[in-house]
Amino acid sequence: MDDSLVLEYDVPGDDFTRAGEASSATKATLKRLGLPADIIRRVSIVMYEGEINMVIHADGGKATVTVSPDAVTMVLKDTGPGIPDVDKAMQAGWSTASGAARDLGFGAGMGLPNMKKWSDRMTIDTAVGVGTTVTAVIDL
Amino acid sequence: MTLRELMDAGLFQVVNEGADPERTVDCVFCCDLLSVAMGKAPAGCAWVTVMANLNTLAVASLTDAACVVLASGAALDETAAERARQQGITVLATDQPIFEAALMIHHRIHG
Ligand SMILES: Nc1ncnc2c1ncn2[C@@H]1O[C@H](COP(=O)(O)OP(=O)(O)OP(=O)(O)O)[C@@H](O)[C@H]1O
Ligand SMILES: [Mg+2]
Repeated sequence: MDDSLVLEYDVPGDDFTRAGEASSATKATLKRLGLPADIIRRVSIVMYEGEINMVIHADGGKATVTVSPDAVTMVLKDTGPGIPDVDKAMQAGWSTASGAARDLGFGAGMGLPNMKKWSDRMTIDTAVGVGTTVTAVIDL
Repeated sequence: MTLRELMDAGLFQVVNEGADPERTVDCVFCCDLLSVAMGKAPAGCAWVTVMANLNTLAVASLTDAACVVLASGAALDETAAERARQQGITVLATDQPIFEAALMIHHRIHG
């Protein structure tokens, strides 16, 4: 393809010691590419929330980040339990996070709302028992 | 106020000095819920929290916080302390509760 750069990460499930690695690596790459600080911050927020959701709700997944001349596109794909009610999941404060996740500071129910707020476009493609794919785009 | 000045003030235990002690601390931010901090922590803040784990460090680094201040005696385990060293994140600690810890920094910033 054109001048797109594609970054791919395997996000391990339930490994809190590695949670955030994909986001950190993405941030470092965007910094090297010289993208504006506010874009990097927004990508970091969206990536981190999506990455953590795959870790704490879906036993891991795959993150793909495509940097093209006009946008950064993040695709977070898992084969976890799926989201039964997306409208509910999108509500600020709604969470099914486990006690263990809450003990670590997760479970405010703000991850998906943050992702929506800081991206320009976001779609959630999910089916119960099949998995969830969240696609978020930040325009450059 | 720089991180160096904050560390030299003797108010906090220095858990990890971090990569950039000359960095300016612009403001104080208090929160223990990671995704709330992720969405709201201003870049350059001193982030005061009792949540002391690897995820705290990830959020601090991704939001570009100037430092993490662990309040109420919260402490990093050895893995997390090592991560803070690797990533050059400034981490301070105190037995003071969150409000008192934040107020001490606020007073330093605003004189
Ligand atoms: N990848 C996913 N697979 C299955 N369920 C998910 C996934 N992502 C989110 N959810 C569901 O949507 C809910 C809301 O997600 P959101 O990220 O907003 O909050 P949270 O992860 O529970 O807490 P926080 O992100 O504030 O730490 C989750 O509690 C979970 O039920
Ligand atoms: Mg979440």
